[in-house]
Amino acid sequence: MAPCHSTFDFRLYDFQTKNMKLTLKIWRQKNAAAEGKIVEYPIDGIEPDMSFLEMLDILNDELIVKGEDTVAFDHDCREGICGMCSLYINGEAHGPDRLVTTCQLHMRKFKDGDTIFIEPFRAKAFPVIKDLVVDRSSFDRIQQSGGFISVNTSGNTIDANTIPIPKHDADRAFDAATCIGCGACVASCKNSSAMLFVSAKVSQFALLPQGKVEAADRVLNMVAQMDAEGFGNCTNTGACEVECPKGISLENIARMNREYLSASLKG
Amino acid sequence: MAKSALLKSSIAKKVAMALSGLFLVLFLAQHFFINMTSVFSADTFNSISHFMGNNPLVQFVIQPILIVGVIFHFIMGFVLEFKNNSARPISYAKNNGAANSSWASRNMIVSGSVVLAFLLLHFYDFWVPEMVYKYVDVSPLNETRYFHELAEKFESPVRTGLYSLSFLLLSLHLWHGFNSSFQSVGFNNKYSKSLHTLGYAFAIVVPFGFIFIALFHHFNH
Repeated sequence: MAPCHSTFDFRLYDFQTKNMKLTLKIWRQKNAAAEGKIVEYPIDGIEPDMSFLEMLDILNDELIVKGEDTVAFDHDCREGICGMCSLYINGEAHGPDRLVTTCQLHMRKFKDGDTIFIEPFRAKAFPVIKDLVVDRSSFDRIQQSGGFISVNTSGNTIDANTIPIPKHDADRAFDAATCIGCGACVASCKNSSAMLFVSAKVSQFALLPQGKVEAADRVLNMVAQMDAEGFGNCTNTGACEVECPKGISLENIARMNREYLSASLKG
Repeated sequence: MAKSALLKSSIAKKVAMALSGLFLVLFLAQHFFINMTSVFSADTFNSISHFMGNNPLVQFVIQPILIVGVIFHFIMGFVLEFKNNSARPISYAKNNGAANSSWASRNMIVSGSVVLAFLLLHFYDFWVPEMVYKYVDVSPLNETRYFHELAEKFESPVRTGLYSLSFLLLSLHLWHGFNSSFQSVGFNNKYSKSLHTLGYAFAIVVPFGFIFIALFHHFNH
């Protein structure tokens, strides 16, 4: 038996063990009607293996001890699947890491002494409720306008697994369905466009036989609702795709454009 | 769906912007090939220019469509820019756009505005004198005047410099605009990668070709 040699080169890894001292510049806003401003908070003793949200938890603990108002921010599952956490960190939605949500972002992505800007996702269609919490119910209304299929659930339901679907289509539909609706696409887009989100919700059904029946109404209604909510227009910068924590592809936007044109022309 | 709703929709505007842009790309391509002949043969350039300048189809059908296309593209560009800016009333204190998108894609309004300013100069330089020559003064046909008119314009280093600078911005505009147009009309498939290569090649070859033509006439005057 050949001897076992480790190929793990420790020199390739920057094992940052030292606790970090950071300066946080956080958007504080009392409520939706109030004017907000950036407030500076020095913070010490942050471990590199903490998550970004744990770091904010520590800040809030300190603020409670001081008797100050805590920083409000959205979070829920803290494992990257619920789409609840947001935050625009140092100029990027969900921070500098790729294919992760803010709750999956770790402090090892920052260095001791760094200044970190933390802002809410900005868009007219995402009004601030308090501090870093924004109202993303515009996404819910877009979904309600057509992001569903109507199926008979009275006992005659056909098992989806019995419907033959080409592997390629099934994979694409599944990829589109991984959108968690966090709004990073809107936050990253210079135009605050929601096209990546809407196109993912259109594509996940457009590619499947179950979605064909309502395909035309779906895309027309969802785009109409998207426009009514006050999102900007897509100019194909591609920022949304890069910042999307689930890697939703621009291919979906092209598909939505085709679906929309086709549905409109059929009238 | 009501047709008025379609025309007001964000996707319809995006498609209209893309189609007018692609139309202008075609115009740019033919303009480039015609101008490039001036480098190799004054006679060829003169005969093509004479044809383009006196063919009724080109003059009274294609030329008005082109002017409408240019005006539409610019007005729509400014309308969309205004609407898009209003979709984010409060800007970020810190925004790292370079981390996720190209400068060219984020600044189409800047490159487009420079190209618009250039077009005004270009119309003043070539189109207005041409219209005056043909339709105001009703001067006699002269099949050999075009090459000299072109070459004379590039005698000025200021004009040659302004033209070259504008073409650089045109290159950036095309760098994003060419491929973006196809994405807007829904073209994104296995051929997109090849198309992107073609788009980037077009965005380099045509504007830098125009710079070459301007410099060629400037230094060979």
